[in-house]
Amino acid sequence: MSPLLQVKNVTKKYGGLTANNDISFDVAENEILSVIGPNGAGKSTLFKMIASFTPTTSGEVIYQGERISNLKPHIVARKGVVRTFQETTIFKSMTVRESVVVAQHLRAKASLAGYFWGSKTAKEDVTAFGKYADELLEFLGMSEISNEQASNLPQGSLRALGIAIGLATDPKVLLLDEPFAGMNHDETMNMVNLVRSVRDERGVTVMLVEHDMPAVMNISDRIVVLNFGEKIAEGTPSEIQNNEKVIEAYLGSVDDEIGM
Amino acid sequence: MMLGFTSKQLVGVGIFLFMIFIGVPLIIGATGRWDFYFTLTSVALLAIASAGVWLTFYIGRINIGQGAFALIGAYVSAILVVKAGWSFWISLPAAGLFAAIVAILIGLPILRLRGVYFAMITLVLTQVVTLTALALPITNGAKGISNIPLPSSISVFGIPILPDFAAMENTKLAFYYTACIIMILTYAALYRLVNSRLGHLCRSMQQNEELASSIGVNISYIRVVIFAISSFFGGLGGAMFGSIAQSVYPSSFQVADSVNFMLNCFLGGLGFVFGPMLGTLVLYFGWDLLFEFGKYQMLIYSTVLIIIIRFLPNGLLSIRFGKGGDK
Repeated sequence: MSPLLQVKNVTKKYGGLTANNDISFDVAENEILSVIGPNGAGKSTLFKMIASFTPTTSGEVIYQGERISNLKPHIVARKGVVRTFQETTIFKSMTVRESVVVAQHLRAKASLAGYFWGSKTAKEDVTAFGKYADELLEFLGMSEISNEQASNLPQGSLRALGIAIGLATDPKVLLLDEPFAGMNHDETMNMVNLVRSVRDERGVTVMLVEHDMPAVMNISDRIVVLNFGEKIAEGTPSEIQNNEKVIEAYLGSVDDEIGM
Repeated sequence: MMLGFTSKQLVGVGIFLFMIFIGVPLIIGATGRWDFYFTLTSVALLAIASAGVWLTFYIGRINIGQGAFALIGAYVSAILVVKAGWSFWISLPAAGLFAAIVAILIGLPILRLRGVYFAMITLVLTQVVTLTALALPITNGAKGISNIPLPSSISVFGIPILPDFAAMENTKLAFYYTACIIMILTYAALYRLVNSRLGHLCRSMQQNEELASSIGVNISYIRVVIFAISSFFGGLGGAMFGSIAQSVYPSSFQVADSVNFMLNCFLGGLGFVFGPMLGTLVLYFGWDLLFEFGKYQMLIYSTVLIIIIRFLPNGLLSIRFGKGGDK
């Protein structure tokens, strides 16, 4: 299978600090790929560059044969590469359903003027958005909280809301930023199942940045390991678990804790 | 249900229109307070400009520069009528458009700023436009432009649509009606905009620009569009004002006016489309009513304002409709 998304020799420098140095890897269609690494390894920076939230210093990100790095976030989102954020980045005073409806604006067929004058296409759009929002929220098991204000939601639901907003844009590639952080074991397992069903049932390719090792090992098809801005390993979960460099740099210090 | 309104809302709109077009003239006729026409016309025009400020609030920007665009609108209309001999009715949209174009040029760089930084730049804008008006030959410096003719008649294919204002017996009433009609059109447009997709996108930007751009919203484009519409309203209000006063001076709109436009929005309620209209009415009348207190006028006025903003952060309309809402 030809890669859906390619990270090619990407480097990011902030002044004298190198956050990412010459990182390359491929993401295949329908894959769940995790980027892991200790704090400060440059995972979030890499994500920002893939979603074009920050420009690369050198190198490029290719999606379906097109360069998507150094563009603007909304253009990359239109192409189908959408990132989610950690839980504090939400539309605070909208309800869950409103957030999911507004997030569908890329699917709109009518123009902004059409909405203003209330054209037929616009009305059809509005109905379709509502219907899809309900469907999506049911898929994510969020129907019961669909009329809750986002600022009143507990942490776990906020993460799910982030994913719901991301999914509403109809992405091909979804970039999840620490979807399991701060969750207990049960919540994590629910989220793992959710992410997996996003891939299985919606055909969305998923990339995630995560610290929770058991969850990462459970969910990932492949893993890319960063350390001090360098890629030190890439492979299946079992390959990564047995990779000496990884154990040395990263897992070695915590292996008692996670029992590997 | 009609036009997406509930029957209760329709009744409300109906009463409002009746009051404006029939109720007020009747009351003024009965009491003989003809000066109220001027006051209410001013309220309507200031409410138009305030609607623009409200709209920039809606994308999360504090706009203290509406005075600049009102002044631009007033000058553009005055120059077009006096020097180019245009009909006022054509100069009116032209003034709005010119203000919008200026807003696009200024907005492109400054709309990147957020919070207090954007507010400070807009605060300076009014002063910049005032100084420009003092310096340019076409605006006639400190002397301004006076003796602007009243709006002339307008006819299409020989059918008269609007009469010549100068030939009218009651110019005040004519201006009152004109200002009210433009205000109603402004707020109807604002209401539609806020309740259409553009409004929803604005709300998403107001709450989180990063997340908005991640769902594919072209935030820099929408910011500029909204700022242009906002300034269009400012230019429109300013141009009408100049026409009523029949003169424009660099001091016609000052920093204090810009601040008032913003206060109108705060007072009425940022969560309500019709907030700035109510805010303008209350602020303008409140100031006038406190005139009897002489030197204490400012003291009482500002104390009341502080109390209102402290205890009703969502504006006067939140008393009636509760917190937030988008109606």
